[in-house]
Amino acid sequence: MEWRDQGILLTTRRHGETSAIIEVFTPSHGRHAGVVRGGTSRKIAPILQPGAQLDVLWRARLEDHIGSFQVEPVRSRAAVAMGNRLALAGLNAVTGLLAFCLPEREAHPALYTQTEQLLDLLDQPELWPLAYLRWEIRLLNEMGYALALETCAVTGTRDDLAYVSPKSGRAVSRRAAGDWADRLLPLPAILRGEGSAPDGEIAQAFITTGYFLTHHLAKDLGQKPLPEARSRFVEAFIRRSAK
Amino acid sequence: MCPARASDEAGPLSSTKDIDALIDLMAKLPGLGPRSARRAVLHLIRKRSLLLMPLADTLATVAETARECLNCGNVGTTDICDICTSEKRANGELCVVEDVADLWAMERSGVFKGRYHVLGGTLSALDAVGPQELRIPRLLDRVPAEGIAEVILALNATIDGQTTAHYIADQLEGQVRLTSLAQGVPIGGELDYLDDGTITAAMRARKTL
Repeated sequence: MEWRDQGILLTTRRHGETSAIIEVFTPSHGRHAGVVRGGTSRKIAPILQPGAQLDVLWRARLEDHIGSFQVEPVRSRAAVAMGNRLALAGLNAVTGLLAFCLPEREAHPALYTQTEQLLDLLDQPELWPLAYLRWEIRLLNEMGYALALETCAVTGTRDDLAYVSPKSGRAVSRRAAGDWADRLLPLPAILRGEGSAPDGEIAQAFITTGYFLTHHLAKDLGQKPLPEARSRFVEAFIRRSAK
Repeated sequence: MCPARASDEAGPLSSTKDIDALIDLMAKLPGLGPRSARRAVLHLIRKRSLLLMPLADTLATVAETARECLNCGNVGTTDICDICTSEKRANGELCVVEDVADLWAMERSGVFKGRYHVLGGTLSALDAVGPQELRIPRLLDRVPAEGIAEVILALNATIDGQTTAHYIADQLEGQVRLTSLAQGVPIGGELDYLDDGTITAAMRARKTL
């Protein structure tokens, strides 16, 4: 068995004294693990930083073997991310969430493309939070928890949509919410792709997407806690906005 | 049968059982495998009085006395290490490192004259290592208690290392001067052989001549 692809490095673990087991997110093979011989060496270890764009050649005797990777660096994102607190937190959130929720060896080409575009924006801190929000919405969509925010779930209206039902993920208008409003999640305009995306609205949108990541996606994955990297990123974003 | 064939199906002979056990233990040391462990054990046996006996005595002593410094996490033979007890080292600078090996590397260079704090790892969501699993709470206590003026975050230039550095910086922001090690071209390094991440970091940290 053999294939070659480009991918985004998600995780690295030491394997024995000299090797590493890496997980790569590729367009055609999804999240895929493999052993990198000599992966802890001074030559290869700097390449194997989360977020790195790699050209990978995977080989195994049988398809269900873990197999081994030969890796070539395409571009590193570590140096860009390390220089910026928010970018580093964002990179950790993206790789942490992908490693957490993607099923192994299941292709998600649209999510891959958006992830690559998102990571290439790491050096643009003014664009990054909005791009990250859109990526989270895509992630929920790809994992089967799409938010339906076009019409009110109660009245069917397209106007005055202000909330999201935490149960169904559907929009609810201000009038239909009535006394239930405090039990619903916020629906800022930016979550529907409208408005100028002020930081306050993006932070509100993170509350809503975070709820579905925690209470639906993570719950269905066996009640595992969501990677802390996501909450650290949101905290870093709110702190930056407050300055 | 000799110890070299200790892993054969027949199992080790009773006459070589102790030696086989020693080889098995030595083979677990970093950098050693079964073959090199056998060579090392054979060498020790041949140099019984010169190497084996003193090594055995020293191992027994270290096993009895080695402990982590209660203050900084360095490894020594006393509850509080020499660096922490030395008044000369109380110059208001505290260098935060990931591991004892990093502390020893800094000490080898002789460039730093302050005190250290060993975290014992880095934050890692993957391995469920949070601040409480590291010596971060102790670090936050030490800064005001020891009158620290500058905390130098000498953590590895990896994503995990820098994530930990930023976390600590967030916790200590406004209390103390925070610095980190520079990143870039190593001494004797040739640009042609550097990865693009290092070159990017070096360009960003360039200085006026």
